[in-house]
Amino acid sequence: MDDIVSIFVTAFSLITTGNSDVWEITSRTLQVTFSSVLISTVISLPLGTAITFRNFRGKKTLINIIQTLYALPTVIVGLVCYMLLSRTGPLGYLGFLFTPNGMIFGQTILIIPIMTGLTIAALQAIPPTITDTIRSLGATRMQFLISHIREARFTIMAAVVIGFSRAISEVGAAIMIGGNIRGHTRVLTTAISLQTSMGNFELSLALGIILLGIALVINLFLGALQQR
Amino acid sequence: MIRLEQVSRKFGERTILTGVSGEIRKGEIFTIIGPSGQGKTTLLRLINMLDTPTEGSIFFDGISLHGSGDQATSLRRRMGMVFQIPASFHETVFENIAIGLKYRRISKDEIKRRVLEKLKEIGLEGYENRKAGTLSGGEMQRVSLARVMVTEPDLLLLDEPTANLDPVSTARIEDLIRLYNRKSGTTVIMSSHDLFQGQRLADRIAVMMEGRFIQTGETIDVFSHPCSAKVARFIGISNILQGRVIGIEDGILSIDVSGTVIHALGTADKEMVSVAIRPEDITLYNEPDGKMSARNVLYGKITGIKPFGIICHVMTTCGEITLAVQVTWQSVKEMNLKEGQEIILSFKAPSVHVMPLDEHETCRSW
Repeated sequence: MDDIVSIFVTAFSLITTGNSDVWEITSRTLQVTFSSVLISTVISLPLGTAITFRNFRGKKTLINIIQTLYALPTVIVGLVCYMLLSRTGPLGYLGFLFTPNGMIFGQTILIIPIMTGLTIAALQAIPPTITDTIRSLGATRMQFLISHIREARFTIMAAVVIGFSRAISEVGAAIMIGGNIRGHTRVLTTAISLQTSMGNFELSLALGIILLGIALVINLFLGALQQR
Repeated sequence: MIRLEQVSRKFGERTILTGVSGEIRKGEIFTIIGPSGQGKTTLLRLINMLDTPTEGSIFFDGISLHGSGDQATSLRRRMGMVFQIPASFHETVFENIAIGLKYRRISKDEIKRRVLEKLKEIGLEGYENRKAGTLSGGEMQRVSLARVMVTEPDLLLLDEPTANLDPVSTARIEDLIRLYNRKSGTTVIMSSHDLFQGQRLADRIAVMMEGRFIQTGETIDVFSHPCSAKVARFIGISNILQGRVIGIEDGILSIDVSGTVIHALGTADKEMVSVAIRPEDITLYNEPDGKMSARNVLYGKITGIKPFGIICHVMTTCGEITLAVQVTWQSVKEMNLKEGQEIILSFKAPSVHVMPLDEHETCRSW
């Protein structure tokens, strides 16, 4: 019992005293995750919008595939990206393997399906009374799209937050593509995994608390936006 | 303003509209009444170009409503439609009313001026910064009315705008519609399953049943001369009987209704007819009276008394036929009317309205 209490005390002191390792890892985590969420948003929103409003053969199948990929295992993303990015792979010339860029690449692939799928779901959830009203009020095609997306904005924001949560909490792709190199590609999850296996529970716990804290802040922020 | 030519709409195997024809005049309030599920909403959606007819054409000031793209948008901007369930955008009340003006690229100052003025008109002054989601159903329906009126359309389409509202909200919405029509001269096409609303608001009425206008005319004409038993039943005439014309003399028809002869003023092309007698046109007597000058005098029996607010319907049987008679509660007391009592019914020949039996025949339009 005393052990657990002292672990917590040490963990909090690591956070509050500004241990340089802790903050270095945290800031890299945020950089990598925000980058992949940003890239993924730029791809997923237009993609989801296009799939929702265009009619084409195989639309239902495509949506089904996207939904299946919500559960894409992170280690599979890690494996495939590793093969793509390794020196002999097709994207080897990018030199992304064992770099933060490689991790961003992997996380982007990981969260595009869930963000695209949830964007589609958010847009489809707008009731016909709203879409009829938009059209009836004399919106052009473009105005229709803008109003429609605007009406779904809170649900789309939630899709972005879910993408963020999945990216920041995954460990498989980060460790396989990044390699958990100290001072270079080590992020919160890979660090926790390593420190735990080394018996450094204080540091692991401190990093874990920070990870949860970030998730909390993001969700509070979204909640505040939706309340407005 | 709007001309409908044999407009049909099918959804797969289901036929909703089966050749609607008619004309809506500039500046009038034209109400489409009929039971639910008879195609009223579908017709309004077709006029608003939210849907296209399977067959037939719709003309708006002579222009066929068939285009798409920019042409369709510019035509649609001359109309405004209010839906049965008001759409509330996740925005403030101000934004909810301004949206149509924004599509039209009206200047910010002008939008502000018009929206605030409209808020005052609908009695929601000071509500501009409220979230639309916090409004009551009646308030939201006023907002959706304002949203359309603020764009100053030439044609206002209202799809059962008061169907889900309480009587007080309904009265407010009706006042707004009437005032707007009188003030701006905007043509209004409105659907309603409430025939009294039709009566209160409409200049002309179309009765829609089975996907067609089965009767179109001045409100008073439709109510006093329903063209078929179905229309008569819908407008609330409870005594509708079928009979055979057995003679005509001096413009008075003799009609055999299940063995009882009823005299009616009118003409009949066919032998078999429907007749409608309003319960308020029948008088009851306890015993023969010298004042019974009416041509129809029937002897019957009271089978029950049904209350209708401040009046009641005395249900009677005369031979094979059943007739409801409208009386006041005071008369019930004074005449000591009771179930099972023998009674005399009397009504004039002009009170008997004769209609063709064939209900599929379209009535003439006025």
